[in-house]
Amino acid sequence: MSGMIINDLVFVAVAGFTLLSALGMVLSRNIVHSALALILTFLGVAALFFNLGAGFLGLVQILVYAGAISVLIIFAIMLVMHSEPARTNLFNTSLGTHLAGAYIAALLTLSLSLAIWFSELPQIKGKTVEDAVGMLAQLFMGNYVIAFEAAAVLLLVSVVGAIILARGAKQS
Amino acid sequence: METIFINIEEFLTSWMVGMGLAQPWADLIITILQWTIIVLIITVNTIVLVWMERKVSGFIQERIGPNRLGPFGAFQTIADTLKLLTKEDIVPARADKLIFKTAPMFFIIVSVMLYAVLPLGNNMAVVDLNVGLFYFISLASLSTICLLMAGWGSNNKWSLLGAMRSVAQMISYEIPLVFSLLGVVMIAGSLNLTDIVTAQNRVWFIILQPVAFIIYFIAATAELNRGPFDMPEAEQELTAGAYTEYTGMRWALFFLAEYTNLVAVSVLAATLFLGGGHGPWLPSWLWIIIKTYLIMLVFMWTKWTFPRIRMDHLLSFSWKVLIPVSLANILVTGAGIELFRWMGW
Repeated sequence: MSGMIINDLVFVAVAGFTLLSALGMVLSRNIVHSALALILTFLGVAALFFNLGAGFLGLVQILVYAGAISVLIIFAIMLVMHSEPARTNLFNTSLGTHLAGAYIAALLTLSLSLAIWFSELPQIKGKTVEDAVGMLAQLFMGNYVIAFEAAAVLLLVSVVGAIILARGAKQS
Repeated sequence: METIFINIEEFLTSWMVGMGLAQPWADLIITILQWTIIVLIITVNTIVLVWMERKVSGFIQERIGPNRLGPFGAFQTIADTLKLLTKEDIVPARADKLIFKTAPMFFIIVSVMLYAVLPLGNNMAVVDLNVGLFYFISLASLSTICLLMAGWGSNNKWSLLGAMRSVAQMISYEIPLVFSLLGVVMIAGSLNLTDIVTAQNRVWFIILQPVAFIIYFIAATAELNRGPFDMPEAEQELTAGAYTEYTGMRWALFFLAEYTNLVAVSVLAATLFLGGGHGPWLPSWLWIIIKTYLIMLVFMWTKWTFPRIRMDHLLSFSWKVLIPVSLANILVTGAGIELFRWMGW
């Protein structure tokens, strides 16, 4: 029983950390601070994965999101920024945007909580999977190999497209 | 001798349980103790390494190197550490203060956390994680952001340029680094570092994977921002890159973290390619130390013999040479494994 309580405490701490850093991202007026808070959020999500016993997924989260994608985000911000950094992420003060934002937020909250409330959440019994990496590999390279390869081709195409956009087409 | 540290650990645990402490608490205390020892090892190693680096560079450049304090100048680093501790801590007025101050902390935390999975001897990893190698790689990718934070927070052109260079370099060289490790993982069939060491019982992976070892070594040099790939802190053009504005203890933290990373990467190389703790006569933990220091000596040797490479050459070397070669290495390794399986080995 005490194990359960410790587990719950860890979850509350990690989830709180994730939510706080997400709030920091939204509320920060400096867009670089926002990006760094986003990294903390990613790390919090990774910790949630660890807490659920999905260590490999948590590490993927760190490697891909916190380690690579966020660097790209920060790079993009730094390259396009030209004004005073402390005023780059200002709040929109018009009433219309406030209302629209509140409406979308309420809609999201409602649909998510309805989805969670009405879906069955069967508890997984039995031992934790020892060789999670091997099983994931079996799924990727076996059952879902076509989807996996399609995603790979999609990424490749977008990378090539980005390179063409960056170099610019020849004027003819 | 072989199990001396494990015996001490078991003795301490049983003693604490015998004193009436619950098992989880005893484990917690042992874990804290282990981390304290790791931080201690890192600090002592850095002091030794800085001295060694100076001596090696002196030897290569036909100088004497430090020779005033203590025998062979051995106390020079200790004096330098004291100097760094007493220096004034300067924060530039226009710096982004929060980022500027937290960057060195995050950098050192990430570097120290790398040691969680490294087996410093048989059964001597703090956590015997079954995705240990992957843990190492993904945590190492976080150090990029710390450098970026330092460069951005300083609000200085050189710092930002240095940070940009180091990020471009680290992202480019991360790919061949990971691909070179894949060959080892394919042969060992595991991401667990202890299993990989066990798989080298008969033959070290440096013999089976020589190309992977060379790629790993080159990519690791670039990841560590060490010469000849130290464009991010090229003194002649960028003063000190991302570290330009840092003084005193904050700068020392960066320095410490760089040497911490050097040791971690060398221990990983010893574990993956040089058979970890395997070796005759001496206990496993001593073999790890010997192999690690040999690898670090080679790192220093390359740093002080090769001239710095231009930034665009550096990047195209990674993308046009190292990545194709490492991909070919994976292909050949896979074919080789299948071939040996087919031949019934």
